[in-house]
Amino acid sequence: MLRFTLRRILQVAPTVVVVALLIFVIFSVVPGTFAVSLFADGKRAADPQLIARLNEEFGLNKPLMERFVTYVTDLARFDLGTSFRTRQPVVDLISDRMGASLQLSVAAMVFAIVVGVPLGFLAALRPGSILDTTTMIGAISGLSLPDFWFGLLLMYLFALQLNWLPSFGYGDGSLRNLILPAVTLGVAPLALLARTTRAGVLDVLNADFIRTAHSKGMSEAKVVRWHVSRNALVLIVTTVGLQFGSLIGQAVVIEKLFAWPGIGSLLVDSVAIRDIPVVQGTILVIVLWFLIINTAVDLVYAAIDPRIKQE
Amino acid sequence: MRLGFNFWLGATLTVLVIFAGILAHWIAPFDPVLDADLMNSELPPDATFWFGTDGQGRDVFTRILYGAQISLTVGIVSQVINSIIGVTLGMTAGYWGGWWDDLVNGLTNVMLAIPSLIFALAVMAVLGPGLPSLLIALGLTNWSWTCRIARSSTLSLKSQGYVQAAQTLGYGDLRIMFTQILPNMMGPILVMATLGMGSAVLAEAALSFLGLGIQPPFPSWGSMLTDARQLIQLAPWAALFPGLAIFLSVLGFNLLGDGLRDSLDPHMRTRKP
Amino acid sequence: MTTPLLDIRDLRLSVPLGRFALHPLLKGVSFQIMPGEAYGLVGESGSGKSVTSLAVMGLLKKPLAVSGGQILFKGQNLLALPKREMRRLRGNRIAMIFQEPMTALNPLSTVGRQIAEMFVLHQGKSWGEAEKLAVEALDNVRVPNPDRRVRNYPHQMSGGLRQRVMIAMALACSPDLLIADEPTTALDVTVQAEVLRLIKELCAARGTAVLFISHDLGVIASICQRVGVMYSGCLVEENETRALFASPRHEYTRGLLGALPRLGSRSEHGRQRLVDIDSIIADRSKLTESRFITPRELDGSQP
Repeated sequence: MLRFTLRRILQVAPTVVVVALLIFVIFSVVPGTFAVSLFADGKRAADPQLIARLNEEFGLNKPLMERFVTYVTDLARFDLGTSFRTRQPVVDLISDRMGASLQLSVAAMVFAIVVGVPLGFLAALRPGSILDTTTMIGAISGLSLPDFWFGLLLMYLFALQLNWLPSFGYGDGSLRNLILPAVTLGVAPLALLARTTRAGVLDVLNADFIRTAHSKGMSEAKVVRWHVSRNALVLIVTTVGLQFGSLIGQAVVIEKLFAWPGIGSLLVDSVAIRDIPVVQGTILVIVLWFLIINTAVDLVYAAIDPRIKQE
Repeated sequence: MRLGFNFWLGATLTVLVIFAGILAHWIAPFDPVLDADLMNSELPPDATFWFGTDGQGRDVFTRILYGAQISLTVGIVSQVINSIIGVTLGMTAGYWGGWWDDLVNGLTNVMLAIPSLIFALAVMAVLGPGLPSLLIALGLTNWSWTCRIARSSTLSLKSQGYVQAAQTLGYGDLRIMFTQILPNMMGPILVMATLGMGSAVLAEAALSFLGLGIQPPFPSWGSMLTDARQLIQLAPWAALFPGLAIFLSVLGFNLLGDGLRDSLDPHMRTRKP
Repeated sequence: MTTPLLDIRDLRLSVPLGRFALHPLLKGVSFQIMPGEAYGLVGESGSGKSVTSLAVMGLLKKPLAVSGGQILFKGQNLLALPKREMRRLRGNRIAMIFQEPMTALNPLSTVGRQIAEMFVLHQGKSWGEAEKLAVEALDNVRVPNPDRRVRNYPHQMSGGLRQRVMIAMALACSPDLLIADEPTTALDVTVQAEVLRLIKELCAARGTAVLFISHDLGVIASICQRVGVMYSGCLVEENETRALFASPRHEYTRGLLGALPRLGSRSEHGRQRLVDIDSIIADRSKLTESRFITPRELDGSQP
């Protein structure tokens, strides 16, 4: 198992490196700079001296190669640069907000699993029933829904009209603030999870070994418990893992909508004002997170399915 | 080819969106950008303004119709770009193999490592907002799935008899690829492109909502929601209809894609959510 | 005259075709199996032999449904039995092994656990005791190193070993009847012989009756005392094995036997073309019109 783990990590490493380089390359060609964007709203006349001074300060005037070397050496020391706007180290900015993003992702995933998996299971056990059809319709609707619109509607209904929940913000970090954003973010994973669980369970139910299990004299309940669950679990775990990894990326819009202080909203704000170091750093962290989760999923998959380790 | 309920419902919705877009100029009672009278702002739906008006006094119904043009353009163009990139890279990678295959695989892995919305965001940050940048950004995001499918199709088709026959006849590689292999993978590619249209429309809506996509005053359904958000309590209909439009069109594309996939091969498993 | 262990009386089975029609799969099949007897059911694909076995086990999936007749097991009509009672019989008194051992076993569960399930399910043993009994069961089917093999997953075993596992599972509770549906068809020829011998010896030792289903006459001949020939949902001939092979009476049986390439025939009769069954049988549609069932008293075998 250990060897398999190491092999997987080694396979991912080159991708990380390439992504880091790609990020640098993309952002080294950003037109307009942070300095210029300060005047973008047109309220003040652009002051060329100020712009020049800021560019000098941020080292944007240095040749590309030099900037590249600085970028790489900094990365090696886990230094993601300094924010143009606040002069704080990017690493600090990110770590301050990572917690909130993780909270949101975890909450959304829990919601998706708790509702989606049982629904998918039941739908597969009773194909063609009303439950099944409703679940399928719900699933495809969930995947077609613009999540921020749904969030807006929920906000309107529960916060503004009924006043049951706060309409935005992290507040004091209590559960009440987490509910709306988490449910909004969790709808798409829920839909996907319901669909894949149903497909996975149906596949298992049609397999030969289920017929063998029945021929041994097992009741439906025991067949599900002893044979269906473990085999369907593989697909479910993989889906949960992959969804969780990309959730932090999806959360960008939701964080902005609910003014949630996570790295998603940090990214959006920084893009708007061309705070390049923060943008680069945030994207790198998000991608890293995604790759870590994917690798973890692979490892869990290998732990559940004994056939994988043979490869 | 059995075409089920999914397909027909999806096709109906899609056709509706297409008609809305094409006929917007003739059906719309107002101009989407110019007819903005602040005296009429935030009016609920009535006989003149079927879907009500927004914060600038513009007719929501008109803007929804014109918004369809934007959504369709984004959906179709981005998927065409996606498919071209994906098929070209995937087909050549599968056919020629070797270092080119390794390179394409590596590139695909990198692309798959970056969540698509994040990548689109980054590209928009570089290119600046607006429709052309949006088309490029979305065209560059999801080609990796198409590439994978094109590659695996090519790998399995490469060993087919008619391909080998063409090779022995001395046909050039490119000719074989485009005449023998490409036509046989059109099915799955088409399914991916249809489902991709839905993703593209959602992505555009999200980016426009964030202010990074289509800029006001152009009537993108996503940017309509940004404005509507401010007035959510005063004019909830301004938020209802654009979102509903997005939902129904994406639903249409998804159902269409699903229906196509089911009728082409019920066992086909595209891993794209 | 002892009571038959399994007594199938005029079994009819059909499947809906389109919205109004019913396609008959079994058109009134009747035969009996005595306790301890090995009975072979032979026929081509589509003759209805597999579906008969599924009907006995109660494993028919919708839309297949029994439309008439009785299946008496030790005097009880299985078709009238409530589901719970049927589950108690399945695996316990009537067991079944299938054709494809790879797909018939759960790939994510150890072989030992899958055998142990039988003991936990039907004999109320704890998992610990059951696992020990599983090792014994593997030993009984002559799997080498059973204590190690118990922890193997199906994909770590060869086809022959997997089929032995299936046999071990089926015979775990010493059932009265073992139904074997083409158990050796998916195996190599060399392994086939071993597995057949195993089935024969184990069942003889425990007095387990066998309903052996196959399209392979050679395999049937090596195990079964009595053979029933099925064609298109009907039992067209039944006789004691040797008598059937020596003097087949139904046209279809003669066709089946005639189509068998015979070892040494070239030196006897010179070069001959392989005979295709349809050149022996004149008119397939007439085949179900005649039946040649030889009752047990006449053929000299014990009633």
